[in-house]
Amino acid sequence: MTLDSKIPSGPIAQKWEKHRFEMKLVNPANKRKFKVIVVGSGLAGGSAASTLAELGYDVDCFCFQDSPRRAHSIAAQGGINAAKNYQNDGDSVHRLFYDTVKGGDFRSREANVYRLAEVSRNIIDQCVAQGVPFAREYGGTLANRSFGGAQVSRTFYAKGQTGQQLLLGCYAGLNRQIAAGKVRMHPRTEMLDLVVVDGLARGIIVRDLVSGRIERYAAHAVVLATGGYSPVFFLSTNAKGCNVTATFRAYKRGAYFANPCYTQIHPTCIPQSGEYQSKLTLMSESLRNDGRVWVPKAAADKRAPGQIPESERDYFLERKYPSFGNLAPRDIASRSAKEACDEGRGVGEFGRGVYLDFKDAIDRLGRDAIAERYGNLFDMYERITDENPYQTPMRIYPAPHYTMGGLWVDYNLMSTIPGLHVIGEANFSDHGANRLGASALMQGLADGYFVLPYTIGHYFATHAPGPVSTDHPEFVRVEAEVSERVKALLSIGGKRSPDSFHMELGRIMWEECGMARNKQGLERALQKIPALREEFYKNLAVPGSGSELNATLENAGRVADYFDFAELMCIDALHREESCGGHFREEHQTKDGEALRNDDDFAYVAAWQFEGEGKRPRLNKEDLTFENVALAVRSYK
Amino acid sequence: MKLTLEVWRQKDANSAGKMQRYEAAGISPDMSFLEMLDLVNSRLIEAGQEPIAFDHDCREGICGSCGLVINGVAHGTRKATTTCQLHMREFKDGDTIYIEPFRAKAFPVLKDLVVDRSGFDRIQQAGGYVSINTGSAPDANAVPIGKEEADIAFTAAACIGCGACVAQCKNASAMLFVSAKLSHYAHLPQGQPERMRRTRDMVDAMDAEGFGNCTNQYECEAVCPKEIPARFIAEMNRDYVKAAITEA
Repeated sequence: MTLDSKIPSGPIAQKWEKHRFEMKLVNPANKRKFKVIVVGSGLAGGSAASTLAELGYDVDCFCFQDSPRRAHSIAAQGGINAAKNYQNDGDSVHRLFYDTVKGGDFRSREANVYRLAEVSRNIIDQCVAQGVPFAREYGGTLANRSFGGAQVSRTFYAKGQTGQQLLLGCYAGLNRQIAAGKVRMHPRTEMLDLVVVDGLARGIIVRDLVSGRIERYAAHAVVLATGGYSPVFFLSTNAKGCNVTATFRAYKRGAYFANPCYTQIHPTCIPQSGEYQSKLTLMSESLRNDGRVWVPKAAADKRAPGQIPESERDYFLERKYPSFGNLAPRDIASRSAKEACDEGRGVGEFGRGVYLDFKDAIDRLGRDAIAERYGNLFDMYERITDENPYQTPMRIYPAPHYTMGGLWVDYNLMSTIPGLHVIGEANFSDHGANRLGASALMQGLADGYFVLPYTIGHYFATHAPGPVSTDHPEFVRVEAEVSERVKALLSIGGKRSPDSFHMELGRIMWEECGMARNKQGLERALQKIPALREEFYKNLAVPGSGSELNATLENAGRVADYFDFAELMCIDALHREESCGGHFREEHQTKDGEALRNDDDFAYVAAWQFEGEGKRPRLNKEDLTFENVALAVRSYK
Repeated sequence: MKLTLEVWRQKDANSAGKMQRYEAAGISPDMSFLEMLDLVNSRLIEAGQEPIAFDHDCREGICGSCGLVINGVAHGTRKATTTCQLHMREFKDGDTIYIEPFRAKAFPVLKDLVVDRSGFDRIQQAGGYVSINTGSAPDANAVPIGKEEADIAFTAAACIGCGACVAQCKNASAMLFVSAKLSHYAHLPQGQPERMRRTRDMVDAMDAEGFGNCTNQYECEAVCPKEIPARFIAEMNRDYVKAAITEA
C-alpha cells in the first residue's frame, strides 16, 4: 500500500485554509446520526470528545482511570507554546513552525507542523475563555517564559501544573457535554481491541475494570487518544497506567505504526535511587531557565557541590552550546548529561546524575522570586530526595518521557484504517525525532479542538459509513479473541508477577534501545525479548478472576503488549542507520559526538505494517520533503 | 525496615470487609508508600494470593488517584503530601501502620482500598464549567485579570480531586472540594455570568450525592495535599445565599 499523506497543494501558509474549504461538510441536522467513539480523555481525547459533541455528534468517551480528569496530561508541568508574540520578541507562526521542524531534527511532516503553529494561537484563547488560570503579570496580561529549543518567550504556564489546569479546562467542557447528554462517559473501562468491518473502523471491545465484563461498542468512527508508550522502559516519567495496548491492538488490525524508535529521554528528572523504584519523577524543563547544569571537571570528584570551586566545575551545556546554553533541546541536553556520567563525572550515590544549580539565580533574583516560579517543584524534589534545592543543587538525570512515534496518520489525522483517527501523543506526525518542550500540550489540544472536528466530518461526508450492529459477526469474533486472551493470562498459574517481567523488559530496553543504540545491542535485545516473553507465558502469576476488579490482570495484559511492541521498537531502531533527535545510533556520530543524520537514505517516515504473528513487519515509507525549512545540520552552538 | 501493616480487605462493594495483618520486611526508607505496597503485593502475587487493591496512577502528586487513610489520617501525617509522595522515611523500623480506604457514604468501597469517587464528577457536571463552545473565544489578552485575583483563582484550581477532605471530615463533607471548584471560577471574569446558577446547582448536586455539611473543624484544610484554604467554603456559602434569592 502506498502511503498517501493527503497534504493539500499550495503554499504552506495556505494549505490548512484551503483544505478547510475543500473538505466536505456534514449537515448540522445529520451530525447527531453519526456516532463517534473516543478512547482516552486527556488533552487530545477530552478536547475532541467535547468539541465533537458541541458540533452535534453522538459521542462515547472511554478512559481506564476512575475519572477523565486523571488522564496523564494532568502531570505536564512546564507549559504550552503558542505563537502569540505577546512579548514582542519576534515570534510568529512561521518561527514556531521553523523551531518545531528544526527541533524535530527534520523528521516531521512540514504541513502538519505549520498547521499546529497556526492553531496554537486559538488554543490559548480557548483555554483562557474556559477559565484556565494561566500566570499573569501585575497589569493583568498573560505571562510567558522561554523553553528549550527556542530563543523567544512563547510558553504559557500555570506554575508547575500547566497540564492539570489545561486538562481541568478540557474536562469542564467535557462535563458540560456529559450533562447535556451528548457524551456518554465510560470511566474505569479499558479498550482491548479494535473492530474493523468491511475495511472500516467500526468499534471497540472493552473490559469494564470493575465488573470485569467484556463489552462491544459500535460507532461510525473511532478516535484513539491513548497517549504514548514510554513505560516500555518500565521506569519512565509516565503514570503507571499508561500503556500501548490500544494503539498496538490497532496496529495488529491494520493501522501502521510509525517511527516507534523515536523516544524522548527528558534531561531533567530525579535520578533513580533504588531497585524497588516504580517511576521516575520529572522536574519541569522550565527549571533550565534559571538553573545551571554542571558536573565536576575531574572524574570521581566526591566532594559536596558547595566544596567544588567555580574553576573546577564544567557547565557543559553553556560550554558546548554557547548560544542556547542551558536551553539546548532535550535530546541534546540528555545526551550531554549521559556523556558526562559515562566519563565518570556523574554525581550522586550511583554516579548517574548532574547538578542543576539555582545559586546564581537565587543570588540575582532572590529566593522569593525563585519560589514563586518553581516553589511546587522544589517542594516535590525535597519530598522525594530529602534534600533542599534552595541550599544544595538538584541532582538530575535523563529519563524516558515522551514518545514521538505513534500510529501513522495522514493530514486528516486518519490512520491507514479508514475511520480510525489518532490524535495527540498516540499519533506520530508533528514532532519528528524530537519534541520541543511545551509542544505536547499544544499538539493534544490542537488535534482535539481545532483539527479533528473538521477532518472527521470530511470522513463521514465522503465515506458515508452505514449502520452497524454489535451483533455483526466481526464484533462477535473479536470479542471472543479478547476473552480468550484474558482467560489465557489468568490460567498460566506461574510464579512471577507481571511487574517483575515488566522491570526486566524495561532494563533490556533501557540498555539496548535507550539514549544510545548500536547494532549489536539491538540485535541482542531482539534475542532477549522473545526469550523473556516465552517465560512470561509460562511463568506468569495472575491471582483472582476476570470477573472482578483485578489490577494484576490489567497490568498483565499491558505488559503482554509491551513485549510485542518492544520488538517492533528495536526492529525500527535497527533499520534506521542514522542518528536523529531522540534516536542516537552510536555508529553514526560526528567527531565531537553530535548526531549524524543521513538525509539521503532516511528522510522518510518508517510506517510498519503487521504481517501476522511471528512474522517480520513490513516497512512502508512516506518520504519527507522540506520545501520551507531547508534541510540542514541542526546547530545550537 | 520491618513493618507490620493492618490493611482493610474487602472483596467487593457487596461484601463485608475486615482489617488484615501483613508483615512487610526489607523496606527501604527511600521507598514511597505505594512502592512499599507494590513490594508487599508482588510477594502476595508470587505466593498465589490476591494483592491489595489500591488506586494510583501518576505517582507524582497531581492526578489525585491515590488516597489512603494512614494511621487515621488521609494521605498520612506529612503536611501537603499525597499518598504517592509520602516516603517510608516518615516511619520507624518496627512500626505498625493502619491502612484504610477513604471512607464516606458517598464514596462506596469497590474493593479493598479502592473507592468510587464518581460523585465528584457528577457535582462538576452540574455546573463546574464556563459555557463556551470551541472556537468562540476572544483574544486571550482581551480581558486583563489582575495578578492577585488570578493567583486566588489558581490557588482554588490547584485542587486535584482526591477526596482527602471528605475522608477526613467527621461529616464526610465535600465542601472544601466544591468550594474550591466554585472559587476558581468566582475569581475570574469568565466565571461571572453563570456564577450564581453554578453555585446553586453544584451545592444541590453535592447534597444529592450524600455528602455531609461543614461544621468548621477544618480537618479538610489540614489534610489537603494542595493546601486549599477553608475560607473558600465561606465564599461558597455566601454565594449560595445570594443564589437562593437571585436564582429562585
